[in-house]
Amino acid sequence: MGVYKRVFSKKNRALLIELVKTDFKLRYQGSAIGYLWSLLRPLLMFAILYVVFVVVFPLGKGIPYYPVYLFTGMIIWNFFTEMTQQSLGSIVGRGDLIRKIRIPRWMIVFSTSLNALINLGLNLIVLVVFMVMNHVIPMGSLVFLPLILLEVYIFALGLSFFLSAVFVKYRDVLYIWEVVIQAGFYLTPILYPLTQIKDVMYQKILLLNPLAQAIQDARYAVVTHDNNVITIWRVFHHNTWYALIPFAVVIVVFIGGLAYFRNQQNSFAENL
Amino acid sequence: MAKDKGHLVIADDPKNDVAISVEGVHKSFKLPHNRQNSIKGSIINLVAKGDRSFETQEVLKDISFQIKKGEFFGIVGRNGSGKSTLLKMLAGIYTPTSGKIIVNGSLTPFIELGVGFNPELTGRENVYLNGALLGFNDKEVDGMYDEIVRFAELERFMDQKLKNYSSGMQVRLAFSIAIRAKSDILLLDEVLAVGDAAFQTKCFDYFYELKEKGATVVFVSHDMGALERFCTRGVLIDRGQQGIVGPIRDVLAQYTPIVLSQLDAGNRDEANKKHNTSMESKITLVDCHLKDSRGVILDKVAFGSFVQAHVSIEFRERVESPIVGITIWKKDLNAAVFAANNLTEGVGDLGVFKAGARIAYVVSLPPLLNNGEYTIEVAVANKAVTTYYLREKEAQAFRIMGSNNPHAIIAQDKPCMKIERRVP
Repeated sequence: MGVYKRVFSKKNRALLIELVKTDFKLRYQGSAIGYLWSLLRPLLMFAILYVVFVVVFPLGKGIPYYPVYLFTGMIIWNFFTEMTQQSLGSIVGRGDLIRKIRIPRWMIVFSTSLNALINLGLNLIVLVVFMVMNHVIPMGSLVFLPLILLEVYIFALGLSFFLSAVFVKYRDVLYIWEVVIQAGFYLTPILYPLTQIKDVMYQKILLLNPLAQAIQDARYAVVTHDNNVITIWRVFHHNTWYALIPFAVVIVVFIGGLAYFRNQQNSFAENL
Repeated sequence: MAKDKGHLVIADDPKNDVAISVEGVHKSFKLPHNRQNSIKGSIINLVAKGDRSFETQEVLKDISFQIKKGEFFGIVGRNGSGKSTLLKMLAGIYTPTSGKIIVNGSLTPFIELGVGFNPELTGRENVYLNGALLGFNDKEVDGMYDEIVRFAELERFMDQKLKNYSSGMQVRLAFSIAIRAKSDILLLDEVLAVGDAAFQTKCFDYFYELKEKGATVVFVSHDMGALERFCTRGVLIDRGQQGIVGPIRDVLAQYTPIVLSQLDAGNRDEANKKHNTSMESKITLVDCHLKDSRGVILDKVAFGSFVQAHVSIEFRERVESPIVGITIWKKDLNAAVFAANNLTEGVGDLGVFKAGARIAYVVSLPPLLNNGEYTIEVAVANKAVTTYYLREKEAQAFRIMGSNNPHAIIAQDKPCMKIERRVP
């Protein structure tokens, strides 16, 4: 409780709110329709996905509500990449504050992450609209969605702390992370259903990635319980312990990222 | 290093009358010869272990002093002496390499005005953002918003983007927010005192107010005039070493010779250069300063104050009845606005000077110059003023801050206008 009080003191809360507000205001600065882009972007993305992967390359035959299935995976993936990429440059980008005043360093990364969360929220609204339009029947398993999103958030936050701190010293991280994200995009079953991979061994390996696990679980929870939605719980149904590996990865990454950030934060002002 | 890592402790002990305690603080920076901002570079460095290409620069060595509550405390030193690094450590921006800093109470650093100002946001939005950085929440800023805007005189501009503000307007807004800070301890960097003369006056008024209120203020400066005016105690930092800690007068007394030696060195170089280019130079300028009535050297002068130019010259050859004097130039106009020499001032003939002889003279400047940048020219000529032995155009630069009439160089010393007649 003491830590919570210190971390979210009146002063820190006010600052956090202002930082998030500023980021949000500046995001669509200078664009004609402004905040509407926040909703328009996911809508347009969905339109593209629909045309390419439902009409032209119908990869998802046999999966009910495939457009919604696709979109669910896409918004989780986008949340992850947006949050990590924006956080990566956040400490360097706010160098003016770090060198001139005493501001809790973690707050800069945290405020960036909250902005990504706001965007995720807007995307979820669009998702609900598509669910209604596609007549997806809401299931009881929907209650797991917040937990799954929390897992993705913690994973992304751990990486954000780590990446933003490394970026202060090594600017290469930006390019490395771009490549990692690109590779991750293909190694994660976002555009293709896992049923396309015939070797169960590969299915298992791919699902050890926390994002693959989270995306598949979210699709199961939100869209359909159809047997073609392959989740980590299904591939490791003989040995559930393996299914816990992604969660262990998330926890290790979060603790490690935070520890590295804490270790480095006192020298940010000098290294910037 | 086997020593404990340095750290900053934030305490909140109302009974303790010490506001800041600095205990054996060292600070060094690692300066890579060729900064490795890439992983390749650091891998190479790891492999080639023998060639660690950075040097450690010790910026501050073994600094220890205490600042009591209610003190206006000066950190005095030349540029590059380490005083700003010390300020940043007190502010918690840098961490000491070793040693301990205890800050007792809440602290607000003003190292720069308008930190976090965003040009794409409106004036209003920037007030809330900057307010949050000073520790105020929305409600508190709501309460003081009108006062901030009024003080900054920007009522009509608050809904415009900051990028459309002039730099003067930005500084006014930032300052207007900054002075709302209600911390126990304030850290002020001298760079605060930027901007036009009217703003400088506001700044100094604020400093006076702080002093009257008995706030704990740490003021970092190399400006002896300002230090003497505001500070009660201080510490001297020279080349990273701690000098005297004590009443500001004692600190400045130790500081003066350091500045003078630097000036002397500068002037000697200057003189040598002159000598090389013109072998005729019979006279060297030893020094030239502006001093206030108490003998404190100034480079910024408040409008209306009485100051004197102190000039000292040395003769390299025998010179008979020279004319010595000064001219004050307005720098931007390149116009002479004031001049005095021993002829015009009725001092009379100075007689004969042998090689190696020196003469020092003082010229009181009229308190009539309005704000701006000025230079003192030191000139020595023969009796008929046909040949100049010395003409040092920028022997000393200074700045007048404030004015009673922004439309002219020369101020009025008394009201000089009346209405003669009105035809209705």
